[in-house]
Amino acid sequence: MTTVSDPQSVAALVAEANDNRVNLDFETEGMTLNMGPQHPATHGTLRIIARLDGEQVISAEPMCGYMHRGYEKLTEVRTYPQINALINRIDWLGSFANEVPFILAAEKLMDVEAPPRAQWIRTILFEMSRVANISLFLGDFGLQLGGMTAGFYAFRDREWVLNQIESATGGRFHPNFDRIGGLKDDLPKGWIEESHTAMDKLLAFCDEMEDLLVGNEIFQGRTRGIGVIPAEIALSYGLSGANLRASGVDWDLRRDNCPPGLVYDKADWKVWTHPDGDCFARTWVRLQETREAAKIVKQLLDTIPSGPVMAKVPRIIKVPAGEAYVATENPLGEMGYYVVSKGDLVPFRVKIRSASFNNISVLPWVARGAYVPDLISILGSLYFILGDIDR
Amino acid sequence: MTLLLASFAPPYWLSTLIKVLVISAVVPTTALILGMVFLFKIMSWMQSRLGPQEAGPRGTLQLLADGVKFLQKEDIAPNGADLWVFKVAPLVVLMSTLLLYVALPASMHLVVADLDVGVFFVLAIASLSVIGVLMAGWSSANKYSLMGALRAAGQLIAYELPMVLAVIGVVIQAGTMSLNGIVLAQNNGSIFGWGGIGFPYILTQFLGFFIFIAAVQAELTQPPFDMPVAESEIVSGYQVEYTGFRFLIFFLAEFATAFAFAAIAAVLFLGGWAVPWLPTASDWYYVLGPMVLFAKVMIVSFIIFWVRFTYPRFREDQLQSLAWKVLIPLALVNIVVTAVLKVVL
Repeated sequence: MTTVSDPQSVAALVAEANDNRVNLDFETEGMTLNMGPQHPATHGTLRIIARLDGEQVISAEPMCGYMHRGYEKLTEVRTYPQINALINRIDWLGSFANEVPFILAAEKLMDVEAPPRAQWIRTILFEMSRVANISLFLGDFGLQLGGMTAGFYAFRDREWVLNQIESATGGRFHPNFDRIGGLKDDLPKGWIEESHTAMDKLLAFCDEMEDLLVGNEIFQGRTRGIGVIPAEIALSYGLSGANLRASGVDWDLRRDNCPPGLVYDKADWKVWTHPDGDCFARTWVRLQETREAAKIVKQLLDTIPSGPVMAKVPRIIKVPAGEAYVATENPLGEMGYYVVSKGDLVPFRVKIRSASFNNISVLPWVARGAYVPDLISILGSLYFILGDIDR
Repeated sequence: MTLLLASFAPPYWLSTLIKVLVISAVVPTTALILGMVFLFKIMSWMQSRLGPQEAGPRGTLQLLADGVKFLQKEDIAPNGADLWVFKVAPLVVLMSTLLLYVALPASMHLVVADLDVGVFFVLAIASLSVIGVLMAGWSSANKYSLMGALRAAGQLIAYELPMVLAVIGVVIQAGTMSLNGIVLAQNNGSIFGWGGIGFPYILTQFLGFFIFIAAVQAELTQPPFDMPVAESEIVSGYQVEYTGFRFLIFFLAEFATAFAFAAIAAVLFLGGWAVPWLPTASDWYYVLGPMVLFAKVMIVSFIIFWVRFTYPRFREDQLQSLAWKVLIPLALVNIVVTAVLKVVL
C-alpha cells in the first residue's frame, strides 16, 4: 500500500472518494445496496455493502461480526473437554472436523497418541463431516442460482451421512465425540456396513448432481468465467481449501502436512485441482472432493484395525505448559488452533484460524466489475459458513 | 339439456353479469388448481418430499388455508412509499390477467368475447402486467423492488418479440387470428388426407411451440427466467414490500396467468377445446369443451412447471442474448418456412 502525504494528493483522493458519479458520460450516480445482514444469499448474517452502477458492482465490502460469539475468549475460562463441546459450533455443517485439530494440538502438548483404531475412526468421521458439509454446498449453490430441486436433493441425501454420524456419536450436528487420547466410544454394531451403503448413496448423489446441476448449460453460463481468482491473488489473500485448489494451486494439508493422529496415508486418493479459478472450478473441485472423501471413507472402513479407542490419560486433564499449532484440511479450508498452555486446567490462549474468514476477504477484489447476479455466484462458490467467519 | 344451453339467449345486461361472475370465479379457481397441483404436489413429488399433508384430504386444501392466512395479515405500506401507486399496482397486474381470460374459448360458444383478432388481443394484453410490476417496483421505495421492476421491464422486450413471432407461424398456417378459428382449423384439418387426429399445429410448429413456451416462462417470471423476482439475489424483487391480500393478488395473478398461457398454448398448438373424433359442431362441447381444454392445459402446465423446478436461473444479459441471438432468428426462420410451405402446398 502506498502512502500519500502531500496535501494536494490527499485532497484529490478525498474528492474522488466523495464523488458519487459513476458514469461520466451519462452523469449517473451510484447506488449503495446494503445486502444483509438478512439476505438469503449470505446464509447467515453477513453484510455486504455494494456500490452499484446499474447492476454492475463497483465495490463490495463484506462486513462480518454480526455473529461474533467470542469463542477465543470463552476458551480461556473452559477446561479442555468443555472447549471441545464449544468449538463444535464454529463450522456447524462439518462439526466433527472442528474438534480434531484442537484435540490434536492438545495431544501434541500432552505428548499422548490415540490408539490406531481411534485414529482410523477419527479420519472416517472427519471425512464424513466433509461429505456432509460439501454435499450441502452442492445443493445450496444450486438454490442460490435458482435451481430449487438441487437443494432438496442435497438435504435428502445428506441425511444418509448425518444418520451415520448420529448413530456413531449420538449427535447429528454437534457430535462432541473426540477426546484427548482417543474417542468417547467405540463404533456401534453394524455401523461399518451401513456406512458403506451411505457412501454408495452419496457417490450416486454426486453423479446426480453432476447431471442435474454442474453439467447444466445455464449453470455453466452462470459460473464459467465469473469471479476468476488467479493463483497469486488466492495465495496472497490466504485462501485455502477448495477455493485455493480451484485456482490451480496443488495444496492439501491432508496430503502435504498431515498431523500425526490422522491416517490419510493409509488410503489411496487424489487431490483435485482446476486451472480456471472461476466459480465453476470451485464447484467442480468440491464435487470431486466429495467423491474422494467418500472413497477415503470406504477404504478406511475396510482396513479399520481392532483394539481400544482410548489411550491412558488422567481423569482430570492438565495440559503441560507450551505452545502448539495444529492445522487440518477442513471442509472449508485450513483450520488451525494455536493453543498456549501454562499448565492449567484451562488454556491460557487459543487462537482459532478458521478458513472462511480468509476466504471471504478476497470478496472486494473478486467482486469488482461483476454484476449483482454474479455477486451471488461468487458468494455461493466461495462457500463460507458464518460461524466459521465470526467465531 | 345441451339444446337448452344452445337456445339460451339472455338480454345484454344479464349475459354481461353472467360473464363477469364466471370470469371472477374462474380466475381464482384456476390459480388455486395450478398452485395446488403443481406448486405443492408435483413439485414435492419431483423434489422427493411429501408436500402439504394436513389441510384437507392429502393436503389438497392447503392453498385455501394459505389464502385465508394472507387475508388475515395486516396491509402494510412502507414509509416513503408512493401510497396510491403502491396500492393500485397489484390490481393492474390482476386486471391484465382477467382480460386474458376474456378471449379464451372453452368451446365454440363458451367464450366471453369471440374476437376476430383474438391472438393479437391476448398477446397485447399479456404485456400490460409489466406496467403493474413497474408501478409496484417504483412505488415501494425499496432498492430491491426497483431492480426487480427494471429487470422485468428489460425482460419484456426480450420475450415479447419471440412470443409474437412464434405465434405468427400458427396464424399463417390457420389463416385466421381468431382463437376459435384456429381451433376449428386444427380439428377439421387433415394430415395428407388422413383426418384421424385432425391436424394439431404442434406437428408442424414444434419450433414455434418451443419458442412460445420459453417466452411464456419469461412472461411468467418463472425459472429459468425469474430474474425479476430472484429470491436469492434481490429477495423477490418487486413483491418484497407487499403483504397480506396485496401479495395474494400478485400470487393469484401469477398462477392464473400461467393457466391462461397454458390454455393459449393448448389452443394454438394442441387443438384447443376440441377432440378430433367428435365434430366441432357437436352440442356435447358445451360440457366436453372445458374438460378437454383443461386436460390439455394440464399437459402444457406440466411442461412449464417441470422446467421451472429443474433449471437454475439465467442472468439478465444472458436472457437478452438468448432472445435476440437464438429465439428471434429461429422464429423468423420458422415464419419463412411456414409461409413458403403454405404457398407451395
